[in-house]
Amino acid sequence: MSPTPFEQLFNPRGIVVAGASTHPGKFGFVALHNVLAGGFEGPVFATNPEQPTILGLDTLASVEQVPAGAADLILICTPPQTCADILRSAANRGIGAAFIASGGFREAGAEGARVEEELIDLARSLGMTVAGPNGQGLISTPAKLAAQIVAPVPPPGPIAVASQSGNLVSAFMNYAAHSGVGISRAVSAGNAAMVGVVDYLSWFAGDPHTRAMAAYVEGVGDGRRFAAAIREASAAKPVVLVKGGTTPRGAQAAASHTGALATDDRVFDGMVRQSGAVRAATIEEAFDAVAAFATQPLPAGPRTLVLSSAGGWGVIAADAVTQSNLELIPLPADLEKAIDQLVPPRWSRHNPIDLAGGESRDTIPEAIHLVAEHPEVDAVIYLGMGIQSNTASHLRSGPYFHSAELDRICEYHERQDSRFAEAAAEVSAQTGKPILAATELAVTQPDNSGPATVAARSRYCFPSADRAVRALHHLWWYARWRKRHG
Amino acid sequence: MGVLSEFESKRLLARHGVVVSRDKLARSADEAVAAASEIGGPVAVKLCGPSLAHKSERGLVRLGLDGHDAVRLAAEDLLAAATTDDGEVAVLVSEMVAGHRELIAGVAVTEQFGAALMLGLGGVLAEAIGEAVFRLLPVSEADCEDMIDDLGISPLLGSMRGEPAVDRDALTATLLGVAEAAGEDGVQAIDVNPLIIRDGQPVAVDALVVVSSS
Repeated sequence: MSPTPFEQLFNPRGIVVAGASTHPGKFGFVALHNVLAGGFEGPVFATNPEQPTILGLDTLASVEQVPAGAADLILICTPPQTCADILRSAANRGIGAAFIASGGFREAGAEGARVEEELIDLARSLGMTVAGPNGQGLISTPAKLAAQIVAPVPPPGPIAVASQSGNLVSAFMNYAAHSGVGISRAVSAGNAAMVGVVDYLSWFAGDPHTRAMAAYVEGVGDGRRFAAAIREASAAKPVVLVKGGTTPRGAQAAASHTGALATDDRVFDGMVRQSGAVRAATIEEAFDAVAAFATQPLPAGPRTLVLSSAGGWGVIAADAVTQSNLELIPLPADLEKAIDQLVPPRWSRHNPIDLAGGESRDTIPEAIHLVAEHPEVDAVIYLGMGIQSNTASHLRSGPYFHSAELDRICEYHERQDSRFAEAAAEVSAQTGKPILAATELAVTQPDNSGPATVAARSRYCFPSADRAVRALHHLWWYARWRKRHG
Repeated sequence: MGVLSEFESKRLLARHGVVVSRDKLARSADEAVAAASEIGGPVAVKLCGPSLAHKSERGLVRLGLDGHDAVRLAAEDLLAAATTDDGEVAVLVSEMVAGHRELIAGVAVTEQFGAALMLGLGGVLAEAIGEAVFRLLPVSEADCEDMIDDLGISPLLGSMRGEPAVDRDALTATLLGVAEAAGEDGVQAIDVNPLIIRDGQPVAVDALVVVSSS
């Protein structure tokens, strides 16, 4: 049985880099470098008519020399005029998929558009799948494949990305690398001459390595087809969409008020919501959301409790909850009683729960258990992690660390923050309820044992309380859509 | 493309379960007075014809008329104001629908996604405020419920100023009715504006259906 077109792209038996270069400043060099450095386990071939070896790999003079059946994917980095011959040779060697990274096609004008059309016609007649052209490539971590003309190469993980802009694929992957919530597949659709963003999403929806998807789109082409594909993908897994190029153009300025109000963006927004996708305004918000989908269970309802060991963030989180689709529930009486047993009387006694620094060794893990297990709570925002480890970090680098014998207290603080992060992950898994931990230390001090442990437990540490609330808003929105439309 | 008269537009919507105001068509001032007596209470009198899209802008709507003289005067005025371009016209005598909340609902054909259903905040500031949500046709009941949730005016839908909360099931039924009406042969677009909430129930007070010319 021959592999499907998307398997050939994302899980090829072997790969050819056409137009490999010795010049480290050229895409043809970086592409080969990335494939080799990424540790792809299948055979790698590179073509260059002049240089016998590049990066220690013996090159081939042309694609015709690739052994038949050894490769499924060819990454093309050569000028537009050369691509037709390369496709013919590739098809002849049993290669079913091509990613054309080169530019100079539709995006460059009428002549480029003509070349692109001819090339796609040719590919169809050869039975080949063409991704791109004018795209930066693709990443497939289950195959250890980095077929890409630029950095970065993200860690493996549950998020799949498809984008009409290459540098926004990179943006998602940079967030992934920083947060530790990694990537399954990522692809830049380029000019999407044959394969578009929704085609990738449709395939990701059935990909066992992907738990959630993020996409950036500008144009949507056939609107009805786009909507149907998004709906089908969303029914399988969460899809987070960012749309660029939002214009205020109305549908019919004519007689009807409805027509005047039917701007492209309002109708697009309605289509997205109807299709069950989550719409984010920015790439940052989209990554927060897709990372939440990929690492948290869906909430069963909107009832949210904020648990904080320090004041201000709890208040800000509560404000954010009240401005979202979530519900800031009154603190249940039995929960108040139970927490009263854990801490001195000065704690807040309402939601947000502010423990006011009154906790002892086991208070935080116990409080996380209590709130998450409560039947009236659907989701928890947990704040205040990492504060003591931040102090420890300062003590460690200060002049008194040795003379005052501060190592024991530093280790204690670090162990504690690690326990808190572990408790949040464990209790969430046990209860099936989302527990979103947030601290700015995730960005300002990522090796702090709080956020570092969140990452080590394959969860996402949100960089602020309000961003965690926004992500939880998206989780509940999608969970409710599934209930209503499932 | 042409438009149906307000009277015909509302009859079409009513066939699909949309609740519309009590209306009577009158060919003369005398008929208008008789219609007003039958409807009872203060009435609205509007010029009504198949080519009249922007009645308010042309001053062809008179509201809150009480008593025979007021109705007669308005009907005479409006019939006299009609131009030959307006074609065959009559006056529509309608009950006054009292409610603080005005919504707008409709269907428009968009270039990219085809026909879409809309629910928005109505009234004279509707387009300026632009609080409106869309779903592509066909819509499900759940889609209509989502539209009401998404509108972002939930405080406006609760009980307010002595009026009960908006009946969400009735509003859902109205949206489904508008969507269904858009499926009739030749219907291109629909405007229900305003859709006034009276005692919690949505009532179509004015409507415009755009049809293909053939």
